Amino acid sequence: MIDDRYELLIIGAGPAGMAAACEAASHGIRVAVLDNQAAPGGQIYRNVDRATNRQNRVLGKDFVKGRSLVEQFKQSGGSYFPGATVWFLDEKRRVGVLIDDKSFFVDADKLLLAAGAQERPMPIKGWQLPGVMTAGAGQILLKSAGMVPNGRLVLAGSGPLLLLLAYQYLQAGVKIDALIDTTPRGAISRSLGKLFEALPAADYLLKGVKMMLAVRRAGIPIYHGVEGLSAIGEEKLEAVRFDTGKTGFKKVTDCELRADTLLLHQGVISNIRLPLAAGCEIEWDAGQKNWAVTNDEWGRSSNADIYVVGDGSRISGAEASALQGRLAGMHASHQLGKISDSKLEVLSGPVVKSRKRHLSIRPFLDSCYTPSPRYLVPGDDTLVCRCEEITAGEIRQAVRLGCTGPNQVKSFTRCGMGPCQGGQCGSTVSLIIAEQLDKPMAEIGCLRVRPPLSPITLGQLSEA
Amino acid sequence: MFKTIEEPAEGAVEILVEGVAHRVPANISVAAAALLCGLGSVRETPVSGAGRLPYCMMGVCFDCLMKINGQPNQRACQVTVAADMTVERQLGAAEYEDL
Repeated sequence: MIDDRYELLIIGAGPAGMAAACEAASHGIRVAVLDNQAAPGGQIYRNVDRATNRQNRVLGKDFVKGRSLVEQFKQSGGSYFPGATVWFLDEKRRVGVLIDDKSFFVDADKLLLAAGAQERPMPIKGWQLPGVMTAGAGQILLKSAGMVPNGRLVLAGSGPLLLLLAYQYLQAGVKIDALIDTTPRGAISRSLGKLFEALPAADYLLKGVKMMLAVRRAGIPIYHGVEGLSAIGEEKLEAVRFDTGKTGFKKVTDCELRADTLLLHQGVISNIRLPLAAGCEIEWDAGQKNWAVTNDEWGRSSNADIYVVGDGSRISGAEASALQGRLAGMHASHQLGKISDSKLEVLSGPVVKSRKRHLSIRPFLDSCYTPSPRYLVPGDDTLVCRCEEITAGEIRQAVRLGCTGPNQVKSFTRCGMGPCQGGQCGSTVSLIIAEQLDKPMAEIGCLRVRPPLSPITLGQLSEA
Repeated sequence: MFKTIEEPAEGAVEILVEGVAHRVPANISVAAAALLCGLGSVRETPVSGAGRLPYCMMGVCFDCLMKINGQPNQRACQVTVAADMTVERQLGAAEYEDL
């Protein structure tokens, strides 16, 4: 049974949330962790404690590694509530949560948000067709259900996850019919200058090279610098159409490949809905093209009693996220009077150092895999809001009529008003407006978040 | 569109998908089961009636809304399959009979 108050309440049981819980519990803090999944691990270590040997072989060492953190978390002594949906949150650290069809309000002395990342939308023409999914969805199916695509498979987009998924599919014996790389031409050579500062994290670079070589050796047709990518089909995906970038002197237009499954990816963005609901300040990170949550070296947000850590604050990867979770867990323990100034200093030193090493790869990755502007801000005929079926053209028309931000566009067009509440389209809408008005993202802002943060029935609500 | 890479490790359960009995691996999500059963779409949108399949599999996109055990508009990727569960496509907006 959940209590009505905890010293530290954590939302999210991915690397950051689990590590924070372990750390705080080890200092005697009364901790509870709420997570919407059935098992701990977040998306990165999803289902890790139940994966089969075959899944582990296919998914690789970096996935299996998550098992030790999950074990440590299970034995931490903190309370853990899986299958928990947070539908309310405010700046006074009051949390409304739905567990087993029952609603509860829980208060927290310190609140820690570790909601992780979601895939950056990749709005191309036809991305709503059955048969088109995110690469992350493909990987979730592999981790949680041992499922792989059947039929003609095309992977398209940019970013480390796309490469990793291709590599994992190869280990599983899946035939990949084409790999379509939308990374803008020249991005890799432009990021070479950042290689030097990435050297402390050379292990990441080696892994990347190993995966690239494996994909090349497998003989998968690879198309680089692809523009004008679209998904074609009537009732479902039938083909993928694109223009290749220049190869030698030739530029091929209107390439068409038949496909049953198209998996899209262009990086990940922070899931900022919970921090926004809690009134935490955010800032536009131009390098990551991501709304990041403003926080200090301990993960503390603009609200001193609310920590926001992991990919849910800024994209930093699983290892750096877990280390940031540890730092926040320590700091909260210190603030709650459980550890002294000097102990905090001694404990945090090595963690800060290790985190710095893991973060050193980021500037290179962010620059090397920067999403192409063409796929951030789509053409007029492309659907942006999948729920209300609003195109980029309709959004631009609203801006021409005088809308200056996403919330006005929402009122004019219903864009972001559907069941996902702008979770999927929000970042694209702001980018379209910023481009059209030629204003910085900070000035355009993002969609407001209002409770209920997740769907809840009146019956469930009335019992809270 | 999808297949499994091995026999289910934790056994299988029987669920009723669009009135047809299917055996699917235990402990997978309803959205994964719908893909495994080969449904062409899990819902028709309330706006244009277009068919959709699960898109993000992590609770963000709401494209996997289905009617599960009679309850409309459930995110199929957030629900785990259970024996004798009934799973139906969500056609347009939800209708609540007892309102």
